[in-house]
Amino acid sequence: MKIAVCVKSVPETGSARRIDPETKRLDRSGEAALNAFDVNAVEEALRVKEANGDAEVVVLSLGPAAALDSLRKALAMGADRAVLVSDDAAAGSDLVATSRVLGAALSRESPDLVVFGQQSSDSDGAVLWAAVAERLKLPMVSQASELQLADGTATVKRQTEFGYDRIATPLPAVIAVSDAINEPRYPSLKGIMGAKSKPQETVSIADLGLDAGDVGESGSRTEVLALASPPPRGESRKIEDDGSAAQQIVDFLAEKKLI
Amino acid sequence: MPTLVFLEHHGNELQKGSLGVLSKAASLGDTEVAGVIAGSGVGALASEAGTFGAAKVWVADDSALEAPLPQPRVDVLAKIVGDGGYDTVLFAASVLAADVAAGLAARLDAGLNWDVVDLVRDGGRLVGKRPALGDSVYVDVGWKGDPKIALVRSGTFEPAATGGEPEIVQAAVALEDFSTRATMLEQAHEEQAGPSIEDADVIVAGGRGLGGPESFSLVEDLAKALGGAVAATRAVVDAGWYPYSSQVGQTGKSVSPKLYVACGISGAIQHKVGMQSSNVIVAINKDPNAPIFEFSDLGVVGDLHQVVPRLTELIRARRG
Repeated sequence: MKIAVCVKSVPETGSARRIDPETKRLDRSGEAALNAFDVNAVEEALRVKEANGDAEVVVLSLGPAAALDSLRKALAMGADRAVLVSDDAAAGSDLVATSRVLGAALSRESPDLVVFGQQSSDSDGAVLWAAVAERLKLPMVSQASELQLADGTATVKRQTEFGYDRIATPLPAVIAVSDAINEPRYPSLKGIMGAKSKPQETVSIADLGLDAGDVGESGSRTEVLALASPPPRGESRKIEDDGSAAQQIVDFLAEKKLI
Repeated sequence: MPTLVFLEHHGNELQKGSLGVLSKAASLGDTEVAGVIAGSGVGALASEAGTFGAAKVWVADDSALEAPLPQPRVDVLAKIVGDGGYDTVLFAASVLAADVAAGLAARLDAGLNWDVVDLVRDGGRLVGKRPALGDSVYVDVGWKGDPKIALVRSGTFEPAATGGEPEIVQAAVALEDFSTRATMLEQAHEEQAGPSIEDADVIVAGGRGLGGPESFSLVEDLAKALGGAVAATRAVVDAGWYPYSSQVGQTGKSVSPKLYVACGISGAIQHKVGMQSSNVIVAINKDPNAPIFEFSDLGVVGDLHQVVPRLTELIRARRG
């Protein structure tokens, strides 16, 4: 069994993130890390592997060459192999362009199961799996808070606004897991030491049989037109409770016509 | 600019978020605003869509569409976009809508912008406004080519009953093989008694400052008195004090009610991004330096165990 986990290298959380006003793209020059939500996806893939014995976990990403450092965390956790699609032509790819690249890279691997994390912490995107599943023409289930595999079928407990669904799908399939699905392991020292010697392949757009026009800004169908500061909030009041705070809240709500 | 709006329904009701997007589309003065309802036995919902701005409603009624699964809906929408010549397709964000929108974008090789909080016409061109990087920057986003697809942040637009009787068109349902491979074994039932948090006008939320799960009754009582819904932070959901379905924040839901009352919530970025677009924010926290006070309209530095029950009492008295 082969399990592919799609992951992203993102700016380190806590770093001062900015959009470059020139390129209107996220500034990726600072420290990068494996997207925290993808760590749950890697963990779930490893658990599936451990429960199924004979399985390979491949992490797959689109990003700059330096993204390999982030992918190594997944290898340190226990993933077997990393594939990074890295190509200057692919910089600035939007959803459709990215799904085209990942779709091509996944087709080359033909995994039985494709796992995504809940969202990327930099673009707040939480949709890529659906576009990739469409490219691959595979069934897809998102927001998985539990995943069980048996007899070539994945059974998923899915969180929605209304509660929990239970959905079954035959493999191969694309499953996006929520960050509530598991508590990821920390890489062991042995895992960290061993990660560097695991297979790490960097492929170009041409290696995937794609043209430069299919990816990056020319393959994208959305664009950033302008950047602005967020609208300011109105005046803010702060009071210390001297026993009358509840009454003051009531007066405030009445003034705002909220009660 | 003919626009198609995906109308999500649950429990035989069109969702408020979808109707808000429909009303917004109608207010942009487009040549044709249509809605699409996909499900089983859903024809009766079409006329309400007219009320909120749809001149035409496509009804895709088929038992294969009964379960709220995304991929069959991509098939339905792709065909309608082609048949109806729609150059814009709008969705109110939800678990289902996000998956439909992204699948449709890949199917049609179309641009998808998400987390849109406003839509404007700039010289005939559609422009979306999108907060990014934890809402620290606002981005004007556009589309290259048609159709233009957008996911609107939940609770952004209010439904406005400005329309009339719509033209109703039955949509043909032809599904791809891969779209029907995932099957619903058991569909979610309404778990919460009050309004769902994404549709609620008033939300009372509790955080770690409550001290323990038993104190959530303070939040529930206040929510009840205000006729609102209860929400929780990730910290208390992780701790098992409250169910995930009520979680607001980066990994939960994004809400923008008229009133958000934050009880014992510090205002970490994880929570902030899910609620800061609320109209009025009232925060009660004993730490005067809590970040929540930076984006509250009224901040109360005090012990919520004193303030909240008293507040509930006063509101109950006022409501009689």
